[in-house]
Amino acid sequence: MGNRNPLDRRSALKVMGGASAAALGLRAFPTPAIAQGAPIKVGFMLPYTGTYAALAKNIDNAFRQYVAEKGDKLGGRAVEYVTVDDQAEPSKATDNMNKLVDREKVDVVVGTVHSGVQMAMVKIARETSKLLIIPNAGVDAATRAACAPNIFRSSFSNWQPSFPTGKVMADDGHKAAMTITWKYAAGEECVAAFKEGFGKGGGQVVGELWVPFPEVEFQSFLTQIAEKKPDAVFAFFAGGGAVKFVKDYAALGLRKSVPLYGPGFLTDGTLPAQGEAAEGLKTTLHYADDLNNPADKAFRAAYQKRYNAEPDVYSVQGYDAAALLVIGMDAAKGDINAKDAIYKAMRGAKIDSPRGPMTMSAANNPIQNIYLREVKNGKNTYVKIAAEALADPGTGCRMA
Amino acid sequence: MSAFFFFVQLLNAVQFGLVLYLVASGLTLLLGIMGVINLAHGAFYMVGAYLAFAVVQHLASFWLALPLAIVLGLVLGALLEHFLLARLEGADHLSQVLLSFGLILLINEAQRIIFGNDAHGIEVPAPLNFSIPLSETFAYPAYRLFVCGVGIAFVIALGLVMGRTRIGMMLRASAENRTMARALGVDAKLMYLGVTAAGISCAVLAGVIAAPIASVYPGMGDQVLILSFVVIVLGGIGSLNGALVGALLLGAVDAFGKQFFPDFAAFLVYVAMIAVLIVRPQGLFRGTGA
Repeated sequence: MGNRNPLDRRSALKVMGGASAAALGLRAFPTPAIAQGAPIKVGFMLPYTGTYAALAKNIDNAFRQYVAEKGDKLGGRAVEYVTVDDQAEPSKATDNMNKLVDREKVDVVVGTVHSGVQMAMVKIARETSKLLIIPNAGVDAATRAACAPNIFRSSFSNWQPSFPTGKVMADDGHKAAMTITWKYAAGEECVAAFKEGFGKGGGQVVGELWVPFPEVEFQSFLTQIAEKKPDAVFAFFAGGGAVKFVKDYAALGLRKSVPLYGPGFLTDGTLPAQGEAAEGLKTTLHYADDLNNPADKAFRAAYQKRYNAEPDVYSVQGYDAAALLVIGMDAAKGDINAKDAIYKAMRGAKIDSPRGPMTMSAANNPIQNIYLREVKNGKNTYVKIAAEALADPGTGCRMA
Repeated sequence: MSAFFFFVQLLNAVQFGLVLYLVASGLTLLLGIMGVINLAHGAFYMVGAYLAFAVVQHLASFWLALPLAIVLGLVLGALLEHFLLARLEGADHLSQVLLSFGLILLINEAQRIIFGNDAHGIEVPAPLNFSIPLSETFAYPAYRLFVCGVGIAFVIALGLVMGRTRIGMMLRASAENRTMARALGVDAKLMYLGVTAAGISCAVLAGVIAAPIASVYPGMGDQVLILSFVVIVLGGIGSLNGALVGALLLGAVDAFGKQFFPDFAAFLVYVAMIAVLIVRPQGLFRGTGA
């Protein structure tokens, strides 16, 4: 380092001095019009790698699709996207969120999938008042105890899809059930909601199995289910884990002897990989593959055309996350700092979503229908509405 | 717990343990005979799994992946030894750790570039895609039994090679006392090449065989690597018998532990390792302690 030619340093200083002068010169003539026209920076924080990679891709795809359908403008301003791969790793969540908020200085954060990662993001969003739209993670607290005016969810709370499953299983005549899921926030909340719904229907949970996250070796647990022989099993898995679980469950011959139910994540986006093993599976979710309302038909056709793939519930959530943001930004006419106008518009949104009619609760969580679906010929076909316009109780939210 | 289901969990344990042994055997040979710590062993397991995925995708046959895996493994192992490990002859373990860690990063990134970030599943190959009914409500997948069979065949084959052949004799001699073996005429260079090639080949083959019953995803080698190290440390470094006992023990701890101590399921294997090391710090069997 000491061998630098002194002339080099001098000329470098000259260049830097010249550049700063030029920058200052430009700045001397304030042009608010240009500043206003600057693009809105949308930061995606999603698990682009790992067992939830497919979910992240679909959310990202559908979000961009919606914005493109609205002319690639948010409240009249162009959009710039930044992405961060959070790898579904709670331990890296704070750093990744700070990357978006502090380093990239995004205007709005859209993310994420994993509930553990989400809570770190929620904490930072509350501290920095950064607008956060949750396109999947169902951790109940985000729209209960940790709710905030700048935190919105376009997906579901873990309670919403799993509470009706309990009633469905009880209605099917099952009295004793076992649960199996990963031991993490989402798994625990799904099972708790299921127990609540199942208990209301007169059922009893006779065993709870907890698989360390994100292990996908289920043999030991499935053997325990076969041994205990409950009336039915409630299982929550998603992404790669859901594929493997359903296949392993069928391979042990359990589909015939112990009926399997679960929230729709067990079969959403996973049917091609699960194949024959998933046929006849009943699940409850805020979406189905054949809802056939006009918004859904248009959305599915456009998604197929754009990405040459079938959309799923994660795509719908990403799509509606963009819808919420567009509603907010349009109301504020592109001024990201008009927070009250943005939040008011988003809170009062009535969205004609592919999933059906969707409004927002006082805690900023979607109020939506939960549908009963059955897998027929590789599709989650709609059976009936399991719960209409179901709102998360929002217990502990000071806004509600 | 009924005898029937005890047997089934035992079967689960043995199947899990044998796949682990397939991976750990290569690791313990490398460490015992050559004194080489190969952190990239799990990455080669992942290479095997993705190889199976690619072969099924492009050649529509799972069985073709087996000979391809062996050949690929031998080639990769030979390349690894000739170009990388040979340069570290006599170097301390830290250099090996750094080298093999770098290899992990390289292999993981290469996998991401070639295959992307999604998790994949492989269909169980056709002739074995059925389940054997063990009771009127419960069946056991035939492919898992096949994996057990392959594992047992491997154990026998490795035992015969090590115990009854000249090569095996040279390997055992080198494992016990490297310098003396060389002094007695064992060609170190050729042997190292062979051991590395064979060890890596085992890992790749394990990846292929396990692929239909595991999930193929980025970073899948890391968990296997950690478990393999637990196996060889528990079993005694350099001892193949130790690796076998260690692997089966881990399989049992995993399968039964998840049933009887569900709250500790995530770290039972490490508890088992610590328990053994407290009583016998050198591991269950006498290896070489390299």
